[in-house]
Amino acid sequence: MAINTEKNTYTIIFASVMVVVVGALLAYLASALSAKISENERLEKQQNILYAMGVNENEGAGSVNFVSTDQVAQTFSTFIKEQIVLEGDQITTDDNAYLIDLKKEEANAKAGKTRRLPVFIGEKDNKKYYIIPMRGKGLWDAIWGFVALDNQMVVQGVYFDHKGETPGLGANIKQRYFMDDFIGESIISNGRYVGITVAKGNNDPTNEIKDDNEVDALAGATITGDGVSAMIKQSVALYEPYFKTLATN
Amino acid sequence: MGILSKKDAALISDPLLDNNPITIQVLGICSALAITAELKASIVMAVSVLFVMGLGNVVISLMRNIIPSKIRIIVQLVVVATLVIVVDQVLKAFAYELSKTLSVFVGLIITNCIIMGRFEAFALANGPKRSFLDGIGNAAGYGFILVVIGFFRELLGSGTLLGYKVLGDPIEKTGLYAIGYENNGFMLLSPMALIVVGIIIWVQRSKNPALIEEN
Repeated sequence: MAINTEKNTYTIIFASVMVVVVGALLAYLASALSAKISENERLEKQQNILYAMGVNENEGAGSVNFVSTDQVAQTFSTFIKEQIVLEGDQITTDDNAYLIDLKKEEANAKAGKTRRLPVFIGEKDNKKYYIIPMRGKGLWDAIWGFVALDNQMVVQGVYFDHKGETPGLGANIKQRYFMDDFIGESIISNGRYVGITVAKGNNDPTNEIKDDNEVDALAGATITGDGVSAMIKQSVALYEPYFKTLATN
Repeated sequence: MGILSKKDAALISDPLLDNNPITIQVLGICSALAITAELKASIVMAVSVLFVMGLGNVVISLMRNIIPSKIRIIVQLVVVATLVIVVDQVLKAFAYELSKTLSVFVGLIITNCIIMGRFEAFALANGPKRSFLDGIGNAAGYGFILVVIGFFRELLGSGTLLGYKVLGDPIEKTGLYAIGYENNGFMLLSPMALIVVGIIIWVQRSKNPALIEEN
């Protein structure tokens, strides 16, 4: 028996069945895999935080290698001594502060609630690192990262990542040569909060001058670079009062 | 006789050369411009499209007699989107690193006009086996051009291949850079991809004048 596929009722039934089948399939898949996916994301966050403070398995100048996934949980608890959450003037300790969703906190802040700001305090070779999560916009989609600062707000290391920047151009923000340029740059200039600018007209392409608050931009990635500048400036600004208390202590 | 009949083998070989989706049919240009600044990205995209097209063509072909013609484009979109999301989710759970490299391509695969074009032109009218071969053939033809473009853009634009510095170090001035060679930053921008496609089309048509359309 041939089915008359031209009939309206058939078309509507087909569409409904298709939507139900596909919807059920995707919903099942999403719920079946969600535990595994969120575990992967959790480990990745730990790897990224450790990377920013310089705990990684980089070999040579070009490689970006993280602490391996089966060791990261242990390494994380060794190096990250304390995780704190700033809420207004209150400081609380929270061992799951690294799981705080910055996007949700941004929305909370817009809705008039106090924003929870996580800081991860790491220690390596008797030096303290204050690692701050960042989030911003690139050209196509979200960009995010972590910056490790000392108590004078001088950058000790960064890690950037992105959702969908152009491969070969904006996607290079997660390349070693770009991230390493930030090391040694200061967020502060003459006591004023200025952030770090990804600058195109930079007279210092090899990045030897560390007090200009500038790093050399990536060719062909103007908007992604501007996004990185804005992300650092805005994200770290929220922590400025906290760093002021550190400096006076 | 081989495993494939002559007609079936042509389904794979035709799109590689004389009926290439990019250089002859001029389909899939958008993604060919967007992601070919690096060889690695080109290869990843080529493999992803190969997978989605092979499978998608089979699914559409199996459903070809029950798809209502009024909503067939929507059905095709749903099939390709579902496939891509399934692949993305499974990779996220079991091959997290790889899934991060692929995430940028997910949207580009769904909107790739070659996929929709082959569903519409071939899978709706042919059996699953032939549709599978057609999908593989067209994806390979697309991937081949992508890899060629990616090769030249990465080599001339960044002086690297798959991230390895094959021409020396531009900052340390070693290798070719020692004698004054410079990377051409323009190669990294999309317009140069179009020019590279143009050069490939030019070479292909001058080798085979039968491909030149009459005015």
